[in-house]
Amino acid sequence: MNPRRKKRLIMTSSILVGAAFATGLVLYALSQNIDLFYTPTEIVEGKGDAEIKPEVGQRLRVGGLVVPGSVRREGSGLTVSFNLIDVGPAEITVEYEGILPDLFREGQGIVAQGILTDANRIAASEVLAKHDEEYMPPALAEALKGIQHVPPSQQNNSSDYNQGYNQGYNNNEAAEESSGGGYDR
Amino acid sequence: MWRWLHPYAKPEATFALTQKLIPWFALPGIILVLVSLVWGLAFAPPDYQQGESYRIIFVHVPSAMWAMGFYVGMAIMGVIALVWQIRTAELAILAIAPVGAVLTFISLFTGAIWGQPMWGTWWVWDARLTAQLILLFLYLGVMALYVAFEDERAGAKAASILAIVGVINIPIIHYSVYWWNTLHQKSTVTRAITRLEAPSIAPEMLWPLLVSILAMLLVSIVLVLMRLNNEILRREIHRPWALAELGITLDSSAKAHNDAEKKNVEKKGGADAV
Repeated sequence: MNPRRKKRLIMTSSILVGAAFATGLVLYALSQNIDLFYTPTEIVEGKGDAEIKPEVGQRLRVGGLVVPGSVRREGSGLTVSFNLIDVGPAEITVEYEGILPDLFREGQGIVAQGILTDANRIAASEVLAKHDEEYMPPALAEALKGIQHVPPSQQNNSSDYNQGYNQGYNNNEAAEESSGGGYDR
Repeated sequence: MWRWLHPYAKPEATFALTQKLIPWFALPGIILVLVSLVWGLAFAPPDYQQGESYRIIFVHVPSAMWAMGFYVGMAIMGVIALVWQIRTAELAILAIAPVGAVLTFISLFTGAIWGQPMWGTWWVWDARLTAQLILLFLYLGVMALYVAFEDERAGAKAASILAIVGVINIPIIHYSVYWWNTLHQKSTVTRAITRLEAPSIAPEMLWPLLVSILAMLLVSIVLVLMRLNNEILRREIHRPWALAELGITLDSSAKAHNDAEKKNVEKKGGADAV
């Protein structure tokens, strides 16, 4: 390689390395602010090495799995409350009034945005569903995970939401084997 | 290898090569697009969580993947353009950028219409989505810088530098879902390469997805090569080989004849003068 090309190659690589180093430092400095949400454990026990807890009244997002059996609907309205958990034992109660996303289920990952009203209670203004990176047909999911999918169109009305969750992908099949459902992750 | 590559520094050699290559990419590309869409949209089973809605994956994942892949290709062309100062590499940046920008836009757009029913929102400022949006701006920046200079070679130089620096964003996009908590789920297919984990998708969905990824690659390559050929022709239009390629004969007598005819037409003021 002739010296001029070599010099240009060194220049180009050093620009790239320098920019990568600078970006790396910026991202490292910002790393905790880039997180989209707090986990329940981070809210209760504090986040990072400094164990900074969010203050009551702070606007934030919390993300975790909906604790099975914790979904409560008040009356016939849209008001709903549920608990979120990550690695445990900390749980956060989310109160929300509005329409939940189709993927909302017990055991599902949820990201809720709202205001911290108590040390472990959030009044949410928005509830988003998070799904994992696994894709499989319903029959395989049932065999592997024991999850029976209920398409939103077949979901029962809200009063017996929990039974609806346990019913199968196809309502006819579910009548025969309704005991086989449930979430066992 | 250098001896083998060196002839392609000459635009006309590259032009002849790409002209030969285009049909070999175009025909399989078109066939595979049709195969993957029919297979993915009609024959692959529904997902256990998302039902039929997940089928947009057959457009979303290939476009997002090659939006990043073509950026890396563009950055490599940038290095070649800066270090070896090869004209064809500069033109390749100009050829790749709009194709990559469209792929990025498709991935953002299909992501939004996938996110609305599944997550409950069109857009969220999480690390993955934001980094992908930055990728779109990088592509647009490269395109804008290229034409922002009076001297085209200077523009190509500036665009090359931006393309090279922007390549830092590529690992950030891929690892954003592992480094930070995000609404976007983790990697399904590329983790087979970057994390050595088996793809977390059932085989009857994985195969049409792989076909759609290959189809998107082939079609994008065809678009890039066609753009590259156009750019080469545009720069070399005064050269004899380019004129021959376009079927224009410019021996002096014919040229004189042409000019005379043009003058006649202008005198008549005919509207059909082309």
